[in-house]
Amino acid sequence: MAKKKIPFNIQIDVDSFLPASSEEKEYMVQMRPSSTFFRDGVKRLLKNKVATVSLIIIIIITLSSIILPSVWPYSYERQLGVSLGKPVDASYNNLRPFEYGETEKAKIEAGEKVFPHIFGTDAQGRDYFIRIVYGTRISLAVGFFASIIVLIIGMLVGSISGYIGGKVDLVIMRIVDIIYSLPDMLMVILLASVLKQTLGSAIEGTALEKIGSNIISLFIVFGLLYWVSMSRLIRGQILSLREQEYVLAAKSTGAKSGWIIKKHLIPNCISVIIISTALQIPNAIFTESYLSFLGLGVNAPMPSLGSLASDALNGINSYSYRLIIPAIVISLIVLSLNLFGDGLRDAFDPKLNG
Amino acid sequence: MNTKTLAYILKRVGLALLTIWVVITVTFFVMHAVPGGPFIGEKATTPEVQAAMEAKYGLDKPVMVQYVTYLKDIVTKFDFGPSLKQRGRQVTDIIFEGMKTSAKLGLIAAFVALIIGVVLGSVAALRRNRLIDRIIMVITTAFVSMPSFIMGTLLLLFLSEKLHLFPANGETWQGLVLPVVTLSLYPMSYITRLTRSSMLDVLGQDYIRTAKAKGVSGPKIIFGHALKNSLIPVITYFGPMLAYIVTGSLVVEQIFSVPGVGRAFVKSITGRDYPLIMGTTIILASLIVIMNLIGDIMYKVVDPRISFE
Amino acid sequence: MSLLEVKDLRTSFFTDAGEVKAVNGISFFLDHGKVLGIVGESGSGKSVTAYSIMQILAGTGKIVGGSIKFDGKELVGASEKEMKAIRGNRISIIFQDPMTSLNPTYTIGSQLIEAIVLHTDRNKKQAYDRAVEMLKLVNVNEPEKRMKQYPFEFSGGMRQRVMIAMALACEPDILIADEPTTALDVTIQAQILELMSSLQKKLGMAIIMITHDLGVVAQMCDEVIVMYAGSICEQGTADEIFYNPKHEYTKGLMRSIPTTATAGKKLQPIAGTPIDLLNMPKGCPFAPRCDAAMKICINQCAYPLDINENHRAACWMNVKDGIADGTIATGEEEEQ
Repeated sequence: MAKKKIPFNIQIDVDSFLPASSEEKEYMVQMRPSSTFFRDGVKRLLKNKVATVSLIIIIIITLSSIILPSVWPYSYERQLGVSLGKPVDASYNNLRPFEYGETEKAKIEAGEKVFPHIFGTDAQGRDYFIRIVYGTRISLAVGFFASIIVLIIGMLVGSISGYIGGKVDLVIMRIVDIIYSLPDMLMVILLASVLKQTLGSAIEGTALEKIGSNIISLFIVFGLLYWVSMSRLIRGQILSLREQEYVLAAKSTGAKSGWIIKKHLIPNCISVIIISTALQIPNAIFTESYLSFLGLGVNAPMPSLGSLASDALNGINSYSYRLIIPAIVISLIVLSLNLFGDGLRDAFDPKLNG
Repeated sequence: MNTKTLAYILKRVGLALLTIWVVITVTFFVMHAVPGGPFIGEKATTPEVQAAMEAKYGLDKPVMVQYVTYLKDIVTKFDFGPSLKQRGRQVTDIIFEGMKTSAKLGLIAAFVALIIGVVLGSVAALRRNRLIDRIIMVITTAFVSMPSFIMGTLLLLFLSEKLHLFPANGETWQGLVLPVVTLSLYPMSYITRLTRSSMLDVLGQDYIRTAKAKGVSGPKIIFGHALKNSLIPVITYFGPMLAYIVTGSLVVEQIFSVPGVGRAFVKSITGRDYPLIMGTTIILASLIVIMNLIGDIMYKVVDPRISFE
Repeated sequence: MSLLEVKDLRTSFFTDAGEVKAVNGISFFLDHGKVLGIVGESGSGKSVTAYSIMQILAGTGKIVGGSIKFDGKELVGASEKEMKAIRGNRISIIFQDPMTSLNPTYTIGSQLIEAIVLHTDRNKKQAYDRAVEMLKLVNVNEPEKRMKQYPFEFSGGMRQRVMIAMALACEPDILIADEPTTALDVTIQAQILELMSSLQKKLGMAIIMITHDLGVVAQMCDEVIVMYAGSICEQGTADEIFYNPKHEYTKGLMRSIPTTATAGKKLQPIAGTPIDLLNMPKGCPFAPRCDAAMKICINQCAYPLDINENHRAACWMNVKDGIADGTIATGEEEEQ
């Protein structure tokens, strides 16, 4: 047998042919640290600068809308020139941003401190800044609660339909199909316009009056129509999870149906639910501002961003800032929520990763 | 066309008809929640109109009878009754008159949105992650988040009032520019993003790799193999797009004073012209349902796989 | 001169997470009419090798070094125009999943005709006839009717036959088959392999058979390359690899397949998981999973050592054995 020469004249010492220990082998391999699904997702989310910035913007806006009305020296409904018994002081009306009216100027000269009107005042002498803030609060609240209503109804119907199956499921899904094909906006407008008439008288004197008939009608409308896609989503999740083995395993240990739903199925749907709800909120806000713009939204004097924009159409030439400001705020809110929702989905949807 | 496709189409048509019936019924009964019912109106109504209503629907007859009459009139004669507020005019006449302008506006907007959307979306997909893609994505994200009335009012403010570039009357061709732009921005942005993600998805598919492995050239891969598959999701958007255009036209016609159905509808709401509200709701809703149906059928035709499900 | 000469090919994918070194310097030859098998686990780089030859790597993939000579012509760095003339024409490839590899919205006929018209001078009618002829060749029944049908109307096995027909329509010199039977039922697998075998004898093209199934290799291949983590562990004739494996990885593979020798005994799978290509350690990539790993394996990857004329393996075990039985000189002595 011919002797083979090792090329490159490597110095090979006999020791290096001793077996390697398992520690040495493990040292070779650096495994990436694993972590839980949620931690991974949050990490991914935070890495996404756009989503993080959007989240910060949303938090700032939300916090301001909650806190500011309490600390602001002006209230949203107070017409500053109007006091009981005295003639209307029109010097408060239609002030530009940071402008002072005659009466106010006189007060300042007298040594009083007058808080500036950052966005000016409207035609009734109300501080516009606080109306914007309050309008934001209304829009956000409506958006949020409407989404919660949609979530609850959708989850209930979806999980019942998905878990019980059979005839119940069939009937519910037919109903869902029909509601789904209804043109939602038209139905919303229809319902809102009717409820505006009827609901007003119904809730007079009750605690609900304070919230306003229009907002309630909005919630009713949302509750009736918008739960369908959520219920389909939940039902789909449950149907696929039903097939999973651990449900069988749990059943075999004698667990009751309700417990199975709560403990096993729902936690797995959570990411889907959260993402869907997060994207539903801007939709709700959009619908509310649209209705308010058409005059079917909140009742005066309560402002919403949509109604403020609608009112501003009148004076669009002379007081264009009254339109631009709510326009920017709505766009900012909806945009941030959409971007954040997108970011959530990118970070947490396991199907998209890979 | 095989029997399975036919069965599917029939089923969808049936569902559509059922939905339209639901719309009519819901509209009718919801409207009856108004005190006195929708056919009585308020004191401002003239005696002639009152008499017409009485003759048609029999106002002291029970609700169910009125409902049947109403339904029958619609189905057999396409008659939605007289308008409460606009004397002597039938609802159908009012609607169809406005429809001419609105249809023009809507169709142009849809067309613009579709063409520009598909083109921009394809460009973005092909130049993925490069500058043009990022610019397109930022702009479309912004437009998708902006409610149409915001866009419309801003355009009205800047381009019409301040800069006097376009008139806001909805009559002349120039007058239609701003409404069309406002109405088409959302669908255009949506279609752009849809086309982009769809095309990216398609480009990653195995059969594109096969085509490349056969030696097919780049442009032929895109226009031959990829485009047809990419457009399938866009077709499913036709129905929702029309729905958006219909509802969007309500505000757009308001803002730009376009004499269309949308503006008439809004006027009918504030003016509480119930027959007109009902008639418009039903007609517009039915239009949307039919468009959705057509969209579904077209989807089937384009993607032969669906026939087998 | 061989039909295909691959020398020190290196291909990497440049991702957000870093450079994934999918192929790390491999070399092999393919002669006319021979069947070469490339064997390895998922992630070993076998498919990437094929895609590098045809230059159909996905977006982030790039050939970063080495040479691929086809019929004397250098393919690395060739223009897209040159590659287009070769793809589907002189080198064809069929893929693993026939379900997704055919365009669902075009008929089989149009996809076949496209391949033919692209590379030959035939007109539409002639291409049609050729396509029907190809379908007959791959044993698709009622070919005229099938031409008008869509992919979803075919079964998996049929679709793979169509893929083969499409690949062979222009009579290529090399057919690359990337796991052609993995997605099919076992009985269909046998049929497809049978078909490929007979076509190879009839048409005489060379085949590169990429698979993780050693049974397929045993059935069809003249020569075999065993890949792991982007490198070639061992290469040689099929007989040598099966009966005389000289790399610990190959030995492990042979131990883990059921044969008459191992009948009745427990199969020994190879423990551990494939290495992370983003964090390639220095030293032999297989060492962490190798029962016989030695200290030198940790620090240095072995170079390919000639076992005999038809057989090369890159494993330090052979050097150890060679020093022990005196067949390897440790530097000072001359080769005889």
